[in-house]
Amino acid sequence: MLKITNLHANIGDKEILKGINLEVKPGEIHAIMGPNGSGKSTLSSVIAGREDYEITAGHIDFEGEDLSDLGAEERAHKGIFLSFQYPVEIPGVTVTNFIKTAINETRKARGEEPMPANIMLKQMREKMGLLEIDSAFLSRSLNAGFSGGEKKRNEIFQMAMLEPKLAILDETDSGLDIDALRIVASGVNKLRSKDNAIIVITHYQRLLEHIVPDFVHVLHKGRIVKSGDKNLALELEAKGYDWLKEEAAV
Amino acid sequence: MKTEESYLDEVTASEYKYGFYTDIESDKVPAGLSEEVIRIISAKKGEPEWMLKWRLEAYEQFLTMKEPDWANVSYPKPDLQAISFYSAPKRKKELESLDEVDPELLKTFEKLGISLDEQKRLSGVAMDVVVDSISVKTTFREKLGELGIIFCSISDAIKEYPDLVKKYLGTVVPRSDNFYASLNSAVFTDGSFCYIPKGVRCPMELSTYFRINEAGTGQFERTLLIADEASYVSYLEGCTAPMRDENQLHAAVVELVALDDAEIKYSTVQNWYPGDKNGKGGVFNFVTKRGICERNAKISWTQVETGSAVTWKYPSCILKGENSVGEFYSVAVTNNYQQADTGTKMIHLGKNTKSTIISKGICAGKSNGSYRGLVKIGPRAENARNFSQCDSLLMGSSCGSHTFPYIETQNKSAKVEHEATTSKIGEDQIFYCKQRGIGEEEAIALIVNGYCKDVLSQLPMEFAVEAQKLLAISLEGSVG
Repeated sequence: MLKITNLHANIGDKEILKGINLEVKPGEIHAIMGPNGSGKSTLSSVIAGREDYEITAGHIDFEGEDLSDLGAEERAHKGIFLSFQYPVEIPGVTVTNFIKTAINETRKARGEEPMPANIMLKQMREKMGLLEIDSAFLSRSLNAGFSGGEKKRNEIFQMAMLEPKLAILDETDSGLDIDALRIVASGVNKLRSKDNAIIVITHYQRLLEHIVPDFVHVLHKGRIVKSGDKNLALELEAKGYDWLKEEAAV
Repeated sequence: MKTEESYLDEVTASEYKYGFYTDIESDKVPAGLSEEVIRIISAKKGEPEWMLKWRLEAYEQFLTMKEPDWANVSYPKPDLQAISFYSAPKRKKELESLDEVDPELLKTFEKLGISLDEQKRLSGVAMDVVVDSISVKTTFREKLGELGIIFCSISDAIKEYPDLVKKYLGTVVPRSDNFYASLNSAVFTDGSFCYIPKGVRCPMELSTYFRINEAGTGQFERTLLIADEASYVSYLEGCTAPMRDENQLHAAVVELVALDDAEIKYSTVQNWYPGDKNGKGGVFNFVTKRGICERNAKISWTQVETGSAVTWKYPSCILKGENSVGEFYSVAVTNNYQQADTGTKMIHLGKNTKSTIISKGICAGKSNGSYRGLVKIGPRAENARNFSQCDSLLMGSSCGSHTFPYIETQNKSAKVEHEATTSKIGEDQIFYCKQRGIGEEEAIALIVNGYCKDVLSQLPMEFAVEAQKLLAISLEGSVG
């Protein structure tokens, strides 16, 4: 599904990603861990198509197609979803209106008719139940005045509504208390299928107890320095990152 | 990689979509301003002697006045001697029905998306269409007549309802009020007149479409709207002008009178030609709008201003009667080299008077937008209340936004609140929308409409839809 080959990316003159290789297949969950400043969020932004970053070498293929020339919205139309670490506020635009616009713009791009309002409403109710969201939530301005937990839940709610093929969860666990973490994680698990894939970006093992990864990768200074299964996350939790930094320096 | 700047340039560099010119023969007075010209205008319109006298007195006062320069705008002063003060579409005979309206003119309306036929058949909106200076056709006049509502051109009103006109004309905006109001009083060519009798609730939105068509003509409309005791009316005003190289002067006066317990809702969507991308051409919009509220009366101004090269406009309320209410809801968009200095004045004279001001400025390109507002509480205005909120939204880094709030209180029991914010459409917001599959133009429209929601929600439904489209047009670009 996703194949990243020798990816180098800059912001300004500074090289952040220095040769990433990663392959994600349908049905898989990959966790990307690493210390602050290792390039985790840059990687998610580059996959999603943020224009602040310049790809200097390598490429990202999604379902066999090179993404380089596609804008962020075109990547979204192909089924790539990013759950933001810091979701932005859009005052005056309700959650319902935003999701409706997102779904219908995506359908338009795919040559489909807008989703009938009654079906959309039905789906919203269903997915709200999944994430234990109150219906009053829908008429609030997008993320404006939301608590940290509400913002993250809103991200996963949008993911549920948009049904992406590839979802990247960028530090979805930060700002969540234990109850909210459980709800969000169980929501994500219910959305799993053999056809879609998830990349979980996190500092901590905590989230991975709920969303169990098939693969764990450690990012350090713009490179994946170690890959393994879920036990690697436990090892990191126990030993920290320093031993890997030393290993990488050798 | 696209920088934010170049991207915003693209997005904000859209062409004026109402730039076409209707080829109708027109009857024009030679350029220049003089007593002689005023006499010609008055004679052409077949006005009674008292009206001519009123105009000439205004002209005398005008000659003693100077063009104001306190606004935060700069422009070459219009040469009044180069302007033709009267331009009427030539017509062969009186118009009996829409079928007789010049087909060219109907085409113009179709381009504007306001075909009279459609309007008449579908929407139930009564329109008094003013093209250049003459009122072409008033629909629904008869139907309104059954309720005693008078809705006609001001020219007709002068002839048919002289007592009402004499009683109220110039009482809210005196002829000596300011330079442009005084000029308007001397040379106004047409406009709308509306009277709602006691206790009558006007069953439909009254609507006027103004449009400047002829090159080198100024448009000086005069609107007078009287809501008698305990009546209600909602009035819509839409304005467009075709693309022209030279600047066109537009100096209107609108007077609203809300008698005891009456309510007037006055909504404007203005998209006069703003000039081209380099700031060449465009309309100078110098308008005086004011309403007076008697006891328990309410006046609500809602405006969506996207056009004109230079705007100077402060729809105001004089809250004279006890418990009267004034409201001002405004969205003002400036792009390219546009300049707008707009706001309101709320003059609290009576006890327990209340006013609300919600102003939303949007600046893009190299434009400059200013909010200027006065809240004045008179000595007898016990318990007067005002709430003002002035927000500015900036797009790009070459535009400017300014807020000039003035508060004068002469009564200790008054309560005046003012809130102001400035924000920017961030790259973060746009990327967020794009990541959800919403393209740049739609994203900007979504964000801008969200920002303006408190104002747009005050507009009548069909007008709100038009205003939303207009906002999108004003800010969209040739992306892709």
